[in-house]
Amino acid sequence: MPFNILVLSCLAYVIFLFGVAWAAERRADRGRLGWLQSPLIYTLSLSIYCTAWTFYGAVGYAARSGLEFLTIYLGPTIVFIGWWWILRKLVRIGRQQRVTSIADLISSRFGKSNLLGVIVTVIAVVAATPYIALQLQSVTLSFSVFASPTDDGFAPPGTEATAVWVACGLALFTILFGTRNLDAKEQHHGIVTAIAVEAVVKLVALIAVGVFVVWFMADGPADMIARIDASEIADWNLQPGRWAGLLFAAGAAVICLPRMFQVMVVENADERHLATASWAFPLYLFAMSLFIVPIAVMGLERLPATANPDMFVLTLPLAEGQGGLAMLAFLGGFSSATSMVIVESIALATMVSNHIVMPVWLRLRPAKAVSGDVRRLVLLSRRISIGVVLGLGYAYYRMSGGSTALAAIGLIAFVGVAQFLPAMVFGIFWRGATRIGAALGMTVGFIVWAYTLFLPSFGADAVIPAMVFIDGPWGIGWLRPRALFGVSTMDPLLHALFWSMFLNTAAFLTGSLLTFPGPVERMQGAAFVRVFDTTTGSPRGWQRGLAEPEDLLVMSQRIMGDEDALVFFEAEAKRQGKAGYLPDPTPEFMARLERRLAGSVGAATAHAMMSQLAGRATVTVEDLMAVASESAQIMEYSARLESQQEEVTRTARALREANEKLMQLSIQKDAFLSQISHELRTPMTSIRAFSEILTEGDLPPELVANYGRIIHDEAKRLTRLLDDLLDLSVLENGTVQLNLGLSNLSQMIDRALASASHTKPERSFVIHRDLPMENIFIRTDADRLVQVFINLISNARKYCDATAPELRISVRQKGGRVTVDFVDNGSGIAKDSQALIFEKFARLTDQTRAGGAGLGLAICREVMANLGGTISYLPGQGGAAFRVAVPLRLERKAA
Amino acid sequence: MAQSPRTAPLFLRPASYRQRRRRDAARLLPVIGVFLLLLPVLWAPQDTFYRDTAPDGIYLFVVWAVLIGLAMLISRSLTATDEDDPEAPGDQGLGQ
Repeated sequence: MPFNILVLSCLAYVIFLFGVAWAAERRADRGRLGWLQSPLIYTLSLSIYCTAWTFYGAVGYAARSGLEFLTIYLGPTIVFIGWWWILRKLVRIGRQQRVTSIADLISSRFGKSNLLGVIVTVIAVVAATPYIALQLQSVTLSFSVFASPTDDGFAPPGTEATAVWVACGLALFTILFGTRNLDAKEQHHGIVTAIAVEAVVKLVALIAVGVFVVWFMADGPADMIARIDASEIADWNLQPGRWAGLLFAAGAAVICLPRMFQVMVVENADERHLATASWAFPLYLFAMSLFIVPIAVMGLERLPATANPDMFVLTLPLAEGQGGLAMLAFLGGFSSATSMVIVESIALATMVSNHIVMPVWLRLRPAKAVSGDVRRLVLLSRRISIGVVLGLGYAYYRMSGGSTALAAIGLIAFVGVAQFLPAMVFGIFWRGATRIGAALGMTVGFIVWAYTLFLPSFGADAVIPAMVFIDGPWGIGWLRPRALFGVSTMDPLLHALFWSMFLNTAAFLTGSLLTFPGPVERMQGAAFVRVFDTTTGSPRGWQRGLAEPEDLLVMSQRIMGDEDALVFFEAEAKRQGKAGYLPDPTPEFMARLERRLAGSVGAATAHAMMSQLAGRATVTVEDLMAVASESAQIMEYSARLESQQEEVTRTARALREANEKLMQLSIQKDAFLSQISHELRTPMTSIRAFSEILTEGDLPPELVANYGRIIHDEAKRLTRLLDDLLDLSVLENGTVQLNLGLSNLSQMIDRALASASHTKPERSFVIHRDLPMENIFIRTDADRLVQVFINLISNARKYCDATAPELRISVRQKGGRVTVDFVDNGSGIAKDSQALIFEKFARLTDQTRAGGAGLGLAICREVMANLGGTISYLPGQGGAAFRVAVPLRLERKAA
Repeated sequence: MAQSPRTAPLFLRPASYRQRRRRDAARLLPVIGVFLLLLPVLWAPQDTFYRDTAPDGIYLFVVWAVLIGLAMLISRSLTATDEDDPEAPGDQGLGQ
């Protein structure tokens, strides 16, 4: 097929995937998750286990070593049908602790240790390089096999150029796909759906080639078996050590590979999906493996001996003149490679940004970390990480020469990630596992793996001199990389697997037995090991009242985004029985907030950021006793008491708040009475005085005119006051006539700004607006709404105390509601006054410098209630901030 | 939960009893799987001169299919009755 058409079809396929991801994301945004969260999608997304290694490499593997390739799929089968042992627990822990990656899981288990996060991240990145190189190699090979020069003599580029282009294309694609936004919980519905589609494509492609081979090239299964018996691989060579070792390595890899962990644990939406996947995923593997041996046998039989067996899936249909089938096979292989690279690099990028970039930044700029824009930093670091990960994969491809068998490269990565297994499995089953043990074990395992398998894979003299292979370093024979401790009879892969796992586990156990875990570590250990024991509360450790809720809100907004943070804080406040956006900083709230933040930036970072505001977390003796106590009954009983007590506390808090409010209202009422009599008497007094003077007559005409104007002004002031009072009482009774109609929000704001500019005209304000967003038509009472806007804008003009005052008006549409925020850059409103400003005659300063009667915001509140909307004060926006929310379409109330 | 503090009952209702045995079956399945998949090692195909790729392959795929079928039966029966076991322990023991 001409090279340019091939490239075009790849691009078309990628754009199609993009469309799928985009549509799924849109659906998810609208909250219509439906089938996006079905067990079918979950199972199909797990199939990123089958990469180009399976698609191309398995046939090559079968052609070289017979049935041994099956171990790679039988190992995961055992892990999945044994889901009740490990996977169920992992998924439950992942959901309960909002784990973002395998590094986060291990760091979180061992006391939110950042050291472990770094170790796991480094191992994962290094182990992924051969695996990504494998994908690049297979795509490059398939291009070189499939592409032919175009008609006008344009020759396809060489393999090296192709590899560079493939790497760059994949990096760009992953960045566009995976780092568009920072989710509160690291779930990517779009990507998962796209991967599910790719899973179908690769399965259909492989089965199509298999069916073609068995029923069209051969005469059905019986003939196929006869051909297998006649082929070169008729008598396969089962090596017991490799058979068992590879079963183990593949089983370990399916849990430990960062991308598998990502789709299996992080993207899991419902634990019951795992029950379905426990048989459906092995079934998928079964279907993928079924035709591998027939394809390999037929390839060996029909194709020349020089043909690369890794490419049989593609070259066999080509040789038979089946262009369409070959194209399908090509797209299947392309799918396998792209889906693996996307998810793997997203998972690794998350780990790098959460466990390396953020902690470093937190240490360098502790003050900025809680107030600066963390989201942009996180996204940027993830994008760069994706580029780096793919760059490393390309470097490995170049260094290894791009000619090794695909399966051999993949197995190097499998043994590398298997180094997480002891820390992870012991971590979730054994409370005695400690941080030092885990760090020691993984470090030792990683070094042994690198020395015996990873570095030698570049070839003799590439990294390790050839002399070392023969005589060992410094002539020490028992340290030879292929024969550690004199074990020279083992197959190199098995040798590396055996020694790295053995020394890893030994170091881990020794370290755990000899060290003593810290308090946070013990709490986390108990929470992980006893995750199904629901009476064990989540570990708490934050002290009451050390952090200001407003500071916490500011920090959360930087990480979760303004809207999500406000929604979360409002829900938490409601849970405590409080109105508004600021819950009390109770230990329970702090723990929930920390877990929520951990969903974005990882447990260790979230913990460190919270410590900046709340001081060090402490674990009390009671907390430890609560965890250590084995008596479930007492726990349960006290939990029930606790919940009752919580209920009582909540009610008491609500009552106290109501009482406080009543007291304040009563004081206000007194103040109001004296205020109103004062407000009424002042103009009355002057009217009386001046009219007395006027009745005496005998005055120069200019004085008469002057006094008359004063009387008129004072009478106007009186009328305005009475109008306001009347307005308020009409609004409060709900008898107001609304004048509903469609009007443009932008025009309403224009009107409000024009009217409000008469207030303090000498102050010049900088107004920030978002005109495109404002262009919304709302069905409401425009005059009333403008009245509210005018009030808010004039308030800002009156009270904003900044030297260069600014006012930001931002509009957002969400569901059937429109919110308009008015945020100025003054000093805002003190926390204890925020609850009062919407009350009648509440004026925060005693001086009547503004000349109002203190009715403005009270009227606003009543107007909004009549318009079916709300007005509220937004804390933590860096100035006074008000949010007006109105329904997009206000229906006339049934009379 | 009925009373508090309560003691674990010595005997369970039949439904709970069945539920626990289903869980035991779920735990046992991978062990059976490992045994069946390691069995070819004992046949030592590398030492024989039979053409054993095809028969061994068929054996492995049949075992595989049977394991998948069993896993499906067990996981279906487990999820169907997951909720109605008030005596469910944590993950502490293998059941009474």
